Amino acid sequence: MIRQANAKAFRNQGLGKLLLDLLRRFSVVVIFLGLVLIFGTISGDFLTPSNLLNVARQTSIVAIVSVGMTFTILTAGIDLSVGSLVAVTGALAAMASARWGMPVPVAILVGMASGAVAGGISGLLVAKGGLPPFVATLAMMAAARGATLVITDARPITGVTKAFRDFGNGFLLGVPIPVWVLIMVAVLAWWVLAYTRFGRYVYALGGNEETAKLAGINVDRIKILVYVISGALSGLAGMILAARLNSAQPTAGIAMELDAIAAVVLGGTSLAGGAGGVGGSVIGALIMGTLANGLNLAEVPSYIQKLIQGAVIVLAVVLDVTTRRQKR
Amino acid sequence: MPNPTAQPILHMKGITKTFPGVRALDDVSIKVLPGEVHGIVGENGAGKTTLMKILTGVYQADAGQIEFKGHPVHIPNPRAAQLLGISIIHQELAVLPEMSVAENIFLGREPVGALNAIRWTELYRQTEALLRRLGIELSPRLQVGQLTIAQQQMVEIAKALSLNADLLVMDEPTSALTERETEILFKLIAQLKSQNVTIIYISHRMEEIFRICDQVTVMRDGQHVATKPIGELTPEEVVRLMVGRRITDIYPPPGKGRGALKLEARDFHRPPRIKNINLRLYTGEILGLAGLVGSGRTDLARAIFGVDPVERGELWIDGKPVQIRSPQDAMNLGIGLVPEDRKSQGLFSAMTVRQNVVIARLKELARLGFVDYRKARDETQRFVEELDIRTPTIEQLVHNLSGGNQQKVIIARWLGRSPSILILDEPTRGIDVGAKAEIHALMRRLADNGMAIMMISSDLPEVLGVSDRILVMREGEIVAEFDRDKATQDQIMWYATGSDRRAESDTVQEVAS
Repeated sequence: MIRQANAKAFRNQGLGKLLLDLLRRFSVVVIFLGLVLIFGTISGDFLTPSNLLNVARQTSIVAIVSVGMTFTILTAGIDLSVGSLVAVTGALAAMASARWGMPVPVAILVGMASGAVAGGISGLLVAKGGLPPFVATLAMMAAARGATLVITDARPITGVTKAFRDFGNGFLLGVPIPVWVLIMVAVLAWWVLAYTRFGRYVYALGGNEETAKLAGINVDRIKILVYVISGALSGLAGMILAARLNSAQPTAGIAMELDAIAAVVLGGTSLAGGAGGVGGSVIGALIMGTLANGLNLAEVPSYIQKLIQGAVIVLAVVLDVTTRRQKR
Repeated sequence: MPNPTAQPILHMKGITKTFPGVRALDDVSIKVLPGEVHGIVGENGAGKTTLMKILTGVYQADAGQIEFKGHPVHIPNPRAAQLLGISIIHQELAVLPEMSVAENIFLGREPVGALNAIRWTELYRQTEALLRRLGIELSPRLQVGQLTIAQQQMVEIAKALSLNADLLVMDEPTSALTERETEILFKLIAQLKSQNVTIIYISHRMEEIFRICDQVTVMRDGQHVATKPIGELTPEEVVRLMVGRRITDIYPPPGKGRGALKLEARDFHRPPRIKNINLRLYTGEILGLAGLVGSGRTDLARAIFGVDPVERGELWIDGKPVQIRSPQDAMNLGIGLVPEDRKSQGLFSAMTVRQNVVIARLKELARLGFVDYRKARDETQRFVEELDIRTPTIEQLVHNLSGGNQQKVIIARWLGRSPSILILDEPTRGIDVGAKAEIHALMRRLADNGMAIMMISSDLPEVLGVSDRILVMREGEIVAEFDRDKATQDQIMWYATGSDRRAESDTVQEVAS
């Protein structure tokens, strides 16, 4: 039957099917490259190295958040609190630098740890409290925004050290530092999801919670951990955003959860859980970033930009869903 | 062949289980011998699945004991059953389609190295060794979603056995398999038997029971009826034991007789559940549709009602061909469907009796786009009296009503649209005897007033007591038709379980063995 099954798989991949399969697997990449091509033709400024590096730097913050979001969505959950967490963690990291003079690694740690704690609370509410993830993280979204306003007194936190600033604005080997951070985060997350027990249980949980439970998997632990990861990565992104802006803004990260969810969905991760991965989410974030940048350069009014963004999301997901259906 | 004098590997003693309003198991005892394939048969609702859920820790018994391998055991959850060496393959597959064969089998028990990274080569090696030992030819790396249902079932079996199960429960494992796939499964069962794995095999299909089982236990109405070696039984006897003799309920008298041909389905086809079905329904008659769960009765009803379209086939009403592409089409042609599952398909639980009754005809009850409350109230009040729906007021939330009264609410909803054809799917399931009789009387009254009624029921006494004419379905086909007074429970069960087919294939099997 091995041979039968393999032969069957082979037969299924006639040329048309093969192309379809490739398109399905890489439809987001195709869309991304298409966008690059279009904007490259429209605007002479788009394909310049400095602009591309700029897009990468801008995108890396949302992309890091969407990597964390991928974990929660893979378990059929969601994390609406990421935008607020970016604000509160950014404020704490900036305070660590500006008020207490702490070095950059400690500031990063402060951001990530506070994000992880907040994520842990959401996770506990979901796993032990039985709240739907939507509700638990909606509550956290409101609470974290409130906490931000309290600790910042609704004013920006300024006066961070130069090293702190450089973490957001500097270059290493010609590549912006936030992009290096994104690469490290994405590779690590990919490895965890694809190769570790924990990662596989994230997929198992999203695929069929009952089956996972019956296999003796500690489902609650996995649920809590994915929100901890999402919170910690929001913390990392919050610190980078504060560094980039040279200050922590109490209004930072508003609506960022929507960009992150859009990136994950564009990347082909199913909102029903169990299928997808971080690679797609990063490309999804790049698509959103490229679109914004390209439309800006093409001098498209910002209201129209929003319309186009909506259309691209629908198009990409429809393409994904239909190719998937044909495959079945 | 297992040794009949051996110590039983499993002994369930005096198991009793009550759910609200139903005694699901009543003092049931069974003994299973090591190394045998032990069949458990019974009608729907006989208690087979409940008994197995108690054995595998899904439910807890109210009374009774379980002895496994000679020791009394306590099984608080499915994990405990697995650790004891008892595994179950459920009727519905629970595989993870996005993951590989190896990952599905060793889920929760993957070999890991440093940093909890899975040792993939080791995982594949172990899977391959397991599959080879079981004689299952599948690559450990294939994604399970790409496999056929039978292959997915093999994965489930391999998973169950990788837990070193000594006792494997299979709950209707062939219900989704083709004949060829069933053969593959039987080969695997034979091989497991040779490795001294004991198997409890639940099935409706006599053919399979007589082919692979060593002993058979028959259950009926939550009670143990008999356990006998297969050699001492014939299919007819098993069917007779399954059906038993029951106190007949009081059924309404026969109707005034049927009138004109109302609805005709010609060559309805959508395999596997609907195969070349021709069906005629007359005004003034109650047509009973009997068969096992999954035989295609509900699928047929849904196809007629336009929920799931057929691949081919024609529908004629009053001698004219009609097109039904949606429930709206069916409703406009005067068809009503009271679905099988009241809670999930029939009721708006959070709405009141009045809202539930009038929801299908808000348009007629509306004036200038607003629902005329007084008309809706009067209409509902009329039905409450006519159908004797017992509710304190028509503003009562419908989920506070008893099952029988809920069913009457759904029927009232349809009657408001004055249908000429009414299809009822398991109209009295889970309803107490008194309300049952009222619904039967109501059906008869409607038929006498010229309605054409089709009733799907798994309750044989009901089918026999209420129907004017009975069709039996099996595996998507109509296999028999009876008039009211010509049918018996045994005969219907005989056709529904495919015992007739087994009789034909007897000779072939003897040659084969």
